[in-house]
Amino acid sequence: MSRPALLRFVVFAIIVMAVPLMPFVPSFWVTLLDFVGLASLVALGLVLLTGVGGMTSFGQAAFVGFGAYATAVLTTGWGWSPWATLPVSLIVTVGAAVLIGLVTVRLSGHYLPLGTIAWGISFYYLFGNMKSLGAYDGISSIPPLQVLGHNLLDSRSFYFVVWGFVLASILATANLLDSRIGRSIRALRSGSAAAESVGIDVWRAKLLVFVYAAFLAGLSGWLYAHFQRAVTPGVFNLTVGIEYLLMAVLGGAGHIYGAILGAGIVVVLKNFLQDVLPVLFGAGGNYDGIVFGILLIAMLQGAREGLWPVVARRIGREEPRSVVTDSRLPAREMTATGGELLAVKSVRKEFGGLVAVNDVTFEVGRGEIVGLIGPNGAGKSTTFNLVTGVLPLTGGEILFKGERIDGLSPARIAERRIARTFQHVKLAPTMSVIENVAIGAHLRGRAGMLAGILRLDRSEENQIFAEAARQIERVGLASVMHQPAGSLALGQQRLAEIARALCLDPELLLLDEPAAGLRHMEKQALAGLIRRLRDEGMSVLLVEHDMDFVMQLTDHIVVLNFGARIATGAPAVIQRDPAVIEAYLGTAA
Amino acid sequence: MDSTIALFLIQDGVINGAIYALLAVALVLVFAVTRVILVPQGDFVTFGGLSLAALEAGRTPGAIWLLVMLAAAAAVMDAFVAAREGDVGKAVRLLLRNLLPALLIAAAVHLLAPLRLGMAVNVLLVIAITVPIGPYLYRVAFQPLADASVLVLLIAAVGVHLALTALGLVLFGAEGYRTAPVISGSFEIGPFFVSAQSLLVLAATLILLAALALFFGRTLIGKALRASAINRRGARLVGIPTMLSGRIAFAMAAAIGVVSAVLIAPLTTLYYDSGFIIGLKGFVAAIIGGLAAYPPAVAAAMAVGLLESFSSFWASAFKEAIVFAAIVPVLLWRSLTTQHADEEE
Repeated sequence: MSRPALLRFVVFAIIVMAVPLMPFVPSFWVTLLDFVGLASLVALGLVLLTGVGGMTSFGQAAFVGFGAYATAVLTTGWGWSPWATLPVSLIVTVGAAVLIGLVTVRLSGHYLPLGTIAWGISFYYLFGNMKSLGAYDGISSIPPLQVLGHNLLDSRSFYFVVWGFVLASILATANLLDSRIGRSIRALRSGSAAAESVGIDVWRAKLLVFVYAAFLAGLSGWLYAHFQRAVTPGVFNLTVGIEYLLMAVLGGAGHIYGAILGAGIVVVLKNFLQDVLPVLFGAGGNYDGIVFGILLIAMLQGAREGLWPVVARRIGREEPRSVVTDSRLPAREMTATGGELLAVKSVRKEFGGLVAVNDVTFEVGRGEIVGLIGPNGAGKSTTFNLVTGVLPLTGGEILFKGERIDGLSPARIAERRIARTFQHVKLAPTMSVIENVAIGAHLRGRAGMLAGILRLDRSEENQIFAEAARQIERVGLASVMHQPAGSLALGQQRLAEIARALCLDPELLLLDEPAAGLRHMEKQALAGLIRRLRDEGMSVLLVEHDMDFVMQLTDHIVVLNFGARIATGAPAVIQRDPAVIEAYLGTAA
Repeated sequence: MDSTIALFLIQDGVINGAIYALLAVALVLVFAVTRVILVPQGDFVTFGGLSLAALEAGRTPGAIWLLVMLAAAAAVMDAFVAAREGDVGKAVRLLLRNLLPALLIAAAVHLLAPLRLGMAVNVLLVIAITVPIGPYLYRVAFQPLADASVLVLLIAAVGVHLALTALGLVLFGAEGYRTAPVISGSFEIGPFFVSAQSLLVLAATLILLAALALFFGRTLIGKALRASAINRRGARLVGIPTMLSGRIAFAMAAAIGVVSAVLIAPLTTLYYDSGFIIGLKGFVAAIIGGLAAYPPAVAAAMAVGLLESFSSFWASAFKEAIVFAAIVPVLLWRSLTTQHADEEE
């Protein structure tokens, strides 16, 4: 956390902890705030899962249920003391989350939320029908929590435990987001292709955030069981899961304090609706459901970013992160120069009946700049996607340093120090330029989730950000380093992608139309940069439509047309090649 | 299990499967045209079925309030848009065009309900109440989100479901109802009894599916709907309004919901929240068909019906858990075999 963020946290913590100490705050409100705290834990996980990781879950209630039932069974059936069940409750929840998550995170697009609805309902019926778990009556007379020999029976004493956990979770979540693993999770939203291209194992990142969210839900469940002293399958109910999602949407998915705000609004409003509306309209209604349903739709229609951004604007902007420039990541050496680095041999790609790449063969030598050119639809970007493992080959083979890399995943290929940029820019628009670029150094750090949460990763983080800053300066974006990537002009975004790719410390750099959208002077600067990279020993393969740029820069050119290689050679030779002239200008009459 | 029980379970499964098939077709239709995953599809069944039960008892169905409220909301939203454009005349026209039909229907139902005019009139009244709810719902909840992602539309659909179910409790109460069969009597075919109502279910399903096939293949509106399903922007360019196709799709979904309700209400007791579970099973089927194809969805609906009836025999308590857990592997299979363009959004 940056210093202003930490200050905000401390102020928030003091206010939160002072509330129940004030004698004029009625017990009713303290109890309500206990429930807000319980819901906040779940909403916090959902903020990470949905708002940051891009996975919408209606099933978080299931994990609350796992945490609650685990402690209910152990304390009532086996006589365990409540605190002793905490690790077990969390292990049960995490275990279930890993198993469910292994399937769920593989679900794509809207299938994922549908999947969470499906298992959410299944668990409700499963637990409702298990006789050993009390069926629909659930389990009652769960012992209360004890602290220093005191039973925490009243809502005032329980408050400190709940909110203690909430504050700890806020701190942990904020730290996690501002760490190497956190960035890999935040990178998921800009699409998996960019994340994979810098070596992030997308499935693992998704599973991590899924399990983290479940962990917080399980913690909430454990607390709930000892606060209510009873659990029923009602905690699993889909309606409850929808309410958790409403909290995240209301607060603003993606904002930590938004989760607390959303939880507060939903819990207080629900209590109000259940107490007041039946008096107005007559008993027997489920008015909170009507209001919450309408509220959810209204939020989506009117304020999809949620309420927190509105509040945050009043509190003040996030400070740009400070960069310690003297720390450095250890740079790796380029392997011996000379000879071929990448060999593309008779590579073929068919989409149904269409042959997009037709038995194309070419090499990229060490320390060489190779241009891949051809008219639109010639198969240039497809060739890039084949080399970087985004698409599987139909035939042929690709060798990097003599080792076959076709069939490897994009992340494995990135591990071999092959970096790329994309024809359609793939940056996380709301993250700052430097954070986007730092994602590129993912493979050069090793701090894990726990190190991130406990802040043990600071020296590595400083190194990563110093490296990111260095690469940003190299591509000439130092002045916009702390701006959101989405606010940059398209040409600048392309440069930011190059900086991200350079953070990987690549031996082979693949640039897809790097000069598109750049002005003349910027193109000259870019050409200078690419030459310097070559002089440092890096090899570059680039697709580009600007012929002046390609001709002055490259050592060697490969020309594709309709998926087939029609010419290869030095720029001067290519310019005179009749087949190339025909492909670009049509047959001379 | 002997063959008699097996045959009975198959019969039960096929009849339920037929209902799920209808709902699956409605889900596929709505998704294809509007990209909305219509979670509240089952709520149309509840509102239809419980309205029919109310009319049988000579009471005014609470659903007319939903109709009037939605019409009022749609009227205000339409009028607001027109008024912002500065066209007061248009605003008033839209206000009336939205409100009048709903008020007329509500008044007619309220007047006719105590007369107990018999099954045929009751069914017509239920159609008159429930079908317009579809397009009004589209106008109020989904039309403002027409350009949003599938995910946002799905969350909105869940919100609609939450509100409708809760409203169902207010409008119809917590009691369950079963209506009189459309046709009574039963036949003895071989070793087992078949009720006339279950034959009606099968026959009606087949006719409706055939009618839908004709509608999409032969009529201009059907073709227009298919066009907007395949390429929304292209359809708009050739003059098919997205809003209109959305409203038509929702009207058809509501109509299919009413038909399902009339068919199933005599066979099973409907509660205010039963629709969701019934709808979700249609869902499983629709998803197996990839939310895109009708014949696989119908076949899958039969499979769901059979899975349900057999699991109710072997493990009746866990019937629902089994059926819903079965969606997950299907979703996984679908995810792994289809490329999602919208994932990159």
